[in-house]
Amino acid sequence: MQTPLIEFRNVSKRFDDHTVLDNVNLEIFENQITTIIGKSGTGKSVLLKHIIGLLSPDEGTILFRGKPVHEMKKAEWDVYRSRISYMFQNNALFDSLTVFENIALPLRQTTNLRNREIMRKVMMRAQQTELFDAIRKYPAELSGGMQKRVALARALVTDPAIVLFDEPTTGQDPIRKNTILSMIAHYRRQFGFTAILISHDIPDVFFISDRIILLWDGTVAFQGSYEESTQLNHPMIDEFMRSLEGFQDKLTGLLSKQVFKTRYAMTFHRGHIDATVSAILFTVGVDLHAESYDAPLFETLRILGENINDYFAPLGGFSARHGRSQILTVLPRVPIADAGGLLDSFAELLQERALPEIEEMVQRSVGDDRCFTIFIKAGIMEGSSSEDLDALMSRAGSNQRTVAVYNCERGGRAA
Amino acid sequence: MMLRSGRMKTEKYLQLFFSAIGKATLELIRNLGAMALFFAEAVCKIFRPKQFREIIHQVFYIGAKSTNIVLLIGLFTGMVLGLQLYYTLIKFGSEGVLGSVVSLALIRELGPVLTAIMITARAGSSMAAEIGILRISEQIDALYTMRIDPVRYIVSPRIAASIISFPLLTAFFDLIGILGGYLTGVLLLGVNEGAYFYRVQAYVEMKDITGGFIKSLVFAMLVSTICCFQGFFTNKRSDGYGARSVSLSTTAAVVLSCVMILVSDYVVTSLLM
Repeated sequence: MQTPLIEFRNVSKRFDDHTVLDNVNLEIFENQITTIIGKSGTGKSVLLKHIIGLLSPDEGTILFRGKPVHEMKKAEWDVYRSRISYMFQNNALFDSLTVFENIALPLRQTTNLRNREIMRKVMMRAQQTELFDAIRKYPAELSGGMQKRVALARALVTDPAIVLFDEPTTGQDPIRKNTILSMIAHYRRQFGFTAILISHDIPDVFFISDRIILLWDGTVAFQGSYEESTQLNHPMIDEFMRSLEGFQDKLTGLLSKQVFKTRYAMTFHRGHIDATVSAILFTVGVDLHAESYDAPLFETLRILGENINDYFAPLGGFSARHGRSQILTVLPRVPIADAGGLLDSFAELLQERALPEIEEMVQRSVGDDRCFTIFIKAGIMEGSSSEDLDALMSRAGSNQRTVAVYNCERGGRAA
Repeated sequence: MMLRSGRMKTEKYLQLFFSAIGKATLELIRNLGAMALFFAEAVCKIFRPKQFREIIHQVFYIGAKSTNIVLLIGLFTGMVLGLQLYYTLIKFGSEGVLGSVVSLALIRELGPVLTAIMITARAGSSMAAEIGILRISEQIDALYTMRIDPVRYIVSPRIAASIISFPLLTAFFDLIGILGGYLTGVLLLGVNEGAYFYRVQAYVEMKDITGGFIKSLVFAMLVSTICCFQGFFTNKRSDGYGARSVSLSTTAAVVLSCVMILVSDYVVTSLLM
């Protein structure tokens, strides 16, 4: 069994008479994205502050790789701390320092890097977080969303092994929200760090999370994968999940993953035990050179989601975003031949309506000087309602073909 | 029965009274102890790496930017001293010693004290407010999470800069004050110019100058420690939260600094005499 990277054992924390954490037991594993969810005021930020040592538990133990952190010697504690970075809920930027100085601060104060190297690292992070133009500005001159990105850049500039994100996407628009979540997922893959997030952005955050911890009234009500959480019969989980049912995926406007699954189950379990179902899996991709520019990808995903909803919803189809850049559309009781015809018509519609919109968006958000390809693929597969949805999705994925391409190399026009 | 009840009430009030005094005394001792430890920690961290730039920055803010106001106050203090002392000394026919009285008053007492009070008003209040805002907006916590020691990064440079700036500004104050006395005494009221400067030279001894600088060093340590301490622990105040706590900390920092300047002035003068 894998040893947890961080483990809470019977941790309690009180402020005066108010118990914020009550006998908390949880595990956080290496190289995973763990998301802590729960209502406001249930002690999520307090829990995070225990991990970095800003707060100490009144009772219980916090272990790092099986070793209690309070038993660590100074040198060990320094090493532990050097691996962790923290992004505050209210950003905690230094108002008297520019964006550049804010991002450079941990490098200047805790390393012996030369100025040139510091500048290179800071500029790289600024570019990745779309802050290049604001690098000489002060935090007060930036919007709330930009300040959030400065805090994110500062948290990542030291290449930490564990990053604690306290509501990193609060106050962001859906595009940037997904860009930030995607960046967290992307960097996690690239650098192999462990991310611990606090977020209210459900369901967006589920797309990138490996594990979910539900904190309820100061105790851990659930910890496990998203799939496990939906199957768990627990009154607190039920209440929480019920509260999510109204949520849409804010980026695409499609159903949330949870509502999608509920609707799928309800559609096929009303006397049609083994009905035919056609599934279309759409994937949005960008070419290699554009990997650091997530905004065009998510904008395309938004445009695609709107078009899918407009086209397939009146036909009885329903869709949800799966993963970072995929949308699954289910057409109940539609044979594959008919579904194929619908997809062809939809592809024509995409060429006609969506591509000009994508072109305009790319020119607006990226500019004319950068050039790359955005493609939309679709795969169609027939199955039965008794078949596992993930298996059906996987089969549809293996059957994908390109249905629309935007390529600015062809004279800056959509192709 | 009524007598016993009245006695019990008196006992209760006395108990409450002494309990309040005891509590306040303990709180005072605790705060003084905490402040002393805070000062010791900050002083030790002055000599850590990466401090030079921050100290220079603070010397500019606390010292260089206070120069104009200190010079202005010094000039007028010297002028008013020249004026007042001339009309007092002339009653005894001793207006010739004006130079020595003005310079000794400035170098021994008024220079260090008024300079310290002016710096408290200008830089001390902003120290407390700035650090208080850093605290309530979690910027001090952010430093901790970045493994930057907040005492080293925020407090130590300010204390070091105060220790450098206070004596220098006191010297400026003394010089311009003596010049102010010259303006009123010599140019305005007709005291002999040679006598004025001769008396300054003859009566001001090195121990007077050293004493003035010792005082300014003591004030520097007191003012910077009190102002930084009040700002740094703004979040621990029980009488206010958020912006209110910052304003209370700033007020407390200025008032306490001014009181401590005068109290310590008496103590240091007693020791130096």
